[in-house]
Amino acid sequence: MMGFDSQDMTALLLTLKLALVVTVLLLVISTPLAWWLSRSCSWLRAPVAALITLPLILPPTVLGFYLLLAMGPEGPIGYLSERLGIGSLAFSFTGLVIGSLFYSLPFVVQPIQNAMESMGERPFEVAATLRAGPIDRFFTVLLPLCRTGFITAAVLGFAHTLGEFGVVLMIGGNIPGETQVLSVQLYEHVEALDYPRAHRLAALMLALSFITMLLLHGLRSGKRSAKVLGF
Amino acid sequence: MAFPGDKFALDAEFSLPMDRVTAIFGPSGSGKTTLLRCIAGLQRARGELFFGDACWQQGRHCLPCHRRPIAYVFQEASLFPHLSVAGNLRYAQRRAAPQAPALEEVVDLLDLAALMSHRPDQLSGGERQRVAIARALLIGPELLLMDEPLSGLDDRRKAEILPYLETLCRASNIPILYVSHSVDEVCRLADTLLMLENGNVSHYGPMEELLMQQVIARPGSADVSAVLRARVNRIDEQWQLAELAFNGGALWVQHNDEALGSEQRLRIRAQDVSISLSAHGDSSILNVLPCSITAISDEAVGAMQVLTLQLGSERLLARLTRRSIDHLGLTVGMSVFAQIKSVAIIR
Repeated sequence: MMGFDSQDMTALLLTLKLALVVTVLLLVISTPLAWWLSRSCSWLRAPVAALITLPLILPPTVLGFYLLLAMGPEGPIGYLSERLGIGSLAFSFTGLVIGSLFYSLPFVVQPIQNAMESMGERPFEVAATLRAGPIDRFFTVLLPLCRTGFITAAVLGFAHTLGEFGVVLMIGGNIPGETQVLSVQLYEHVEALDYPRAHRLAALMLALSFITMLLLHGLRSGKRSAKVLGF
Repeated sequence: MAFPGDKFALDAEFSLPMDRVTAIFGPSGSGKTTLLRCIAGLQRARGELFFGDACWQQGRHCLPCHRRPIAYVFQEASLFPHLSVAGNLRYAQRRAAPQAPALEEVVDLLDLAALMSHRPDQLSGGERQRVAIARALLIGPELLLMDEPLSGLDDRRKAEILPYLETLCRASNIPILYVSHSVDEVCRLADTLLMLENGNVSHYGPMEELLMQQVIARPGSADVSAVLRARVNRIDEQWQLAELAFNGGALWVQHNDEALGSEQRLRIRAQDVSISLSAHGDSSILNVLPCSITAISDEAVGAMQVLTLQLGSERLLARLTRRSIDHLGLTVGMSVFAQIKSVAIIR
């Protein structure tokens, strides 16, 4: 396909798989987290929010370094995985998923949190006075009213995981079919001075990213014009 | 219902009749909304709350809002923006109690048939509030809580929606708690009045009684008025007038479509009542009734004072200048004639 060899294809499929798994997991994790952040008055709110958003500014290699230590035999995650009989998570796909969860967390939590904050308390209270229990309220009020937030979160989480490099390099290394994602493969090609193959991968990622952003902005402006039309 | 609470400095303990419209009345910041939200279970305060025999809150037990057989009409538009009018109504219908009224019945009552397919943002403020009231009724509540449902509306929209509320209050057999700071709405809708001041119950009793004691209107304001109940006794087709009789006299008022024999609620503002010492017939004023002065307000506000007049078992208020009172030599116990310039049928 388009001149990609099997190794590039493997890297592409692995990258898509990683992004998909991470996005689904992050949506599940971020929903309660965003809810708590948008509603809590606890003093813990600020430190937790800071921790979650830390990957926005932290060099990915720093995050990767600490995760590598944590997953090592001396680290807490490594200890746990050894005890559970999974073995070390470093340099494995699972390890990559864990790393990406931390790395992309803020990109998923923030859009959901913003949507929940702008929804406010009132629709929830109204639903409660109409006999809707908590689970009922989640599906009939929160999900539809925060739909745009959830879609934005999914797209951003997916796209951001696609482009991951530093964390992968630190904790995943470069194992074809296991941890060798697109960005690492691209780096490999450049290192080997194989510019034509690097070009193809870079162009592919550029196109993927552009399409993602196009979809996202299309969604937003679509929403805006729909509002004007009264839908 | 008993409710002693102390959060937000709210300290209220009372029981309410279960078959009537009770207005929770008071200036803004007096805790009206907080009280209503605590009753709904939307907010928690320390205390006890019983509805009939059912315990809604006691000690650590607190029944969550969605388990309480209430309905709540919020101050501002609270329709779900992602659902149409029909969708909003169906949301309630799907979760309704068995005794809930039929959709068609409620849609008729609030005149919503033409709006069913509209989105909330296509409706006017008054229409939105009508839909919200309909949605509240459709859940089949055993207690209807309304938090200033008209306060976000201008006078025209208020006038448009008040008749619906009146029909609702008269027709429904569910108790209604109605939060308001408008004397006008209270006069028209309430039977019982609970007055809050700084989180404390300052007065509690029948609306007519409290109105008469002038506790709900600022002394000297145009809101000072009396409310009395009268029955349509006679209809004069020639002059388009109806005679409304009460224990102590009868009043001629403009006849609209009140049925013969029906009971009406009349509001007579103190500023529309003047006093004369004799019943002379050379005046344009239609209603001149003999009565006796039972009280003269002592806290004179500026130039005005308010007289309480007894007519049979009913009472009226008259707002006069102090000069007139002095000039006519009016004192408590005197028999005089009340000239009533205007009477409003409010129900």
